[in-house]
Amino acid sequence: MPERRRISLRRLVTNGPALVGALLVLTAVACAFLAPFITAHDPVNAQLRLRLDPPTWDAASKAHYLLGADAVGRDVLTRIIYGARISLTVGLTATAISLAIGVVLGLLSGYFGGWLDSLIMRIADVQLSFPFILLALVVMAIFGGGLAKLVLVLGITGWVSYARLVRSQVLTVRELDYVQAARSLGASDLRIIVKHVLVNVISSIIVLSTLQVATNILLEAGLTFLGMGVDPSIPSWGGMLADGRNYITNAWWVATFPGFAIMFTVLGVNLLGDWLRDELDPQLRV
Amino acid sequence: MVPYIIKRVLHGLMVLLAISLVVFFLLRLTGDPVMALLGQGNPTQEAVAAMQHALGLDQPLWRQLIKFLTDLATGNFGISFRNKQPVMPQLVERMPATMTLAFAGMAVSLLVAVPIGIQSAVRRGKAIDVLGRVFALIGISFPNFWLGIMLMLIFAVKLRWLPASGYQGFKYLILPAVTLGLILSSIITRLIRSAMLDVLRQQYVQTARAKGVAERTVIYRHAFRNALIPTVTFVGLQLGSLLGGTVILEQVFSWPGVGRLALDAISNRDFPMVQGAVLMLSTVMVAINLAVDLTYGFLDPRIKVGGKA
Repeated sequence: MPERRRISLRRLVTNGPALVGALLVLTAVACAFLAPFITAHDPVNAQLRLRLDPPTWDAASKAHYLLGADAVGRDVLTRIIYGARISLTVGLTATAISLAIGVVLGLLSGYFGGWLDSLIMRIADVQLSFPFILLALVVMAIFGGGLAKLVLVLGITGWVSYARLVRSQVLTVRELDYVQAARSLGASDLRIIVKHVLVNVISSIIVLSTLQVATNILLEAGLTFLGMGVDPSIPSWGGMLADGRNYITNAWWVATFPGFAIMFTVLGVNLLGDWLRDELDPQLRV
Repeated sequence: MVPYIIKRVLHGLMVLLAISLVVFFLLRLTGDPVMALLGQGNPTQEAVAAMQHALGLDQPLWRQLIKFLTDLATGNFGISFRNKQPVMPQLVERMPATMTLAFAGMAVSLLVAVPIGIQSAVRRGKAIDVLGRVFALIGISFPNFWLGIMLMLIFAVKLRWLPASGYQGFKYLILPAVTLGLILSSIITRLIRSAMLDVLRQQYVQTARAKGVAERTVIYRHAFRNALIPTVTFVGLQLGSLLGGTVILEQVFSWPGVGRLALDAISNRDFPMVQGAVLMLSTVMVAINLAVDLTYGFLDPRIKVGGKA
């Protein structure tokens, strides 16, 4: 039985990379919640007069937007700040859905075994051999784009690693003497699952989820970039990059800065995830 | 060995069958492609019915499915709704572009990842290790298409060294392949490093050193060969996301591969083309996973493929 460790805020603050990660994530969260208080500009309304206005340090800048304006004259920085909402919403909710599905299926698969186990694991196999982006694109094309559907698609397709993790843990724990003892004492299936199985995987699940939040943020940006994700009228980092790609020859800033926003946020999540892994579950280290 | 191969091939075929069923049913939910095909304006009832009949869409669903599966078995992926040409040759025509990009990307990634990964492990904690780890961490933290756009901005738009997009020769391959390779190499570097660290601790490495084998030989002959096993597994499994990555990069660099064909087909509701593209890419993935499985035996004679573990 691995020793259970608690997350300590003090160890977070004294660990350089983890602290950087926490600050990056906090910045993104602050942008998402406080967007209207951080920036006075409007993220949606076009101002064609300021079309592709360069960043403020450029002598040609008219509006003196810090990071310039996009193809219809909206402040790039403002849109980046509002865009944090989409990335974090998708990252967190999609992960939560995958987590719920994966844990339930993993428990069912490992605990009850038999045909149910075979069925669930075969579905997992198929899903892993499916080119994910294409699957997501097909689904988005069928059900139409939009935030809710995007979250569902990412959520439903991301369960496999949780299921496998939980299943293997169940298989190990199920045969342990004390679990057999608990069972012979009349403990219910549910009680055994919760008290003996889930507590053992919880730290691995936390680590896996953190890293999946990062993956989901990247996938959301990719699908939105391809026009199959979040509605283009909502400011999102992937959507901004898609716009920027079209103006790459005359307005470099439109495609450059949203990418940094993605990078810093995902980097922050990954740094936190790495730290959590070292803290909670050193065995999971790749 | 032979029964094992047969079992694995059958398993691969089952996976492909499952994928084709999923795609078939998903695409039937997309709504009526006839309207999309007849375009704007107000098509007459007769025109709609004629088109439905021509495409076989007036048949019951189970009959469409049986026709679809028998066609697949004979290598017939159907006729494109758009240009009324068979799907298969169009996909085959696009395949080399996608595979070129995928393999060039893989080559770039190994060229970068193998030396950095090995040196990181050998000189653990030194500058190259720290740099390698920072590189690995940053590499998995941004989208590959953004890196593509940035490289395009620097090397095509500002410096004008390389063409921004298109497909007319080696020069056009450099930017997309480097983009794909760099992202992948950040993951592979990490993997090689930890596999090497693991192997370098093993007794046979110490024995080799004790015997006075040159350090270079120890690292490359004794350690690296064994560190390759987890690496190959991983690289094989990564092929899915590699092909996924090419879909987006094909769009960024206007690269005429299967991915771009699939994207166009999806927005045109060209069912047979989408089915064909997904099946084509999945087949490649299944085949490579199979190849990876069978490669173990060569890399590590201890693993008896097909034997009872």
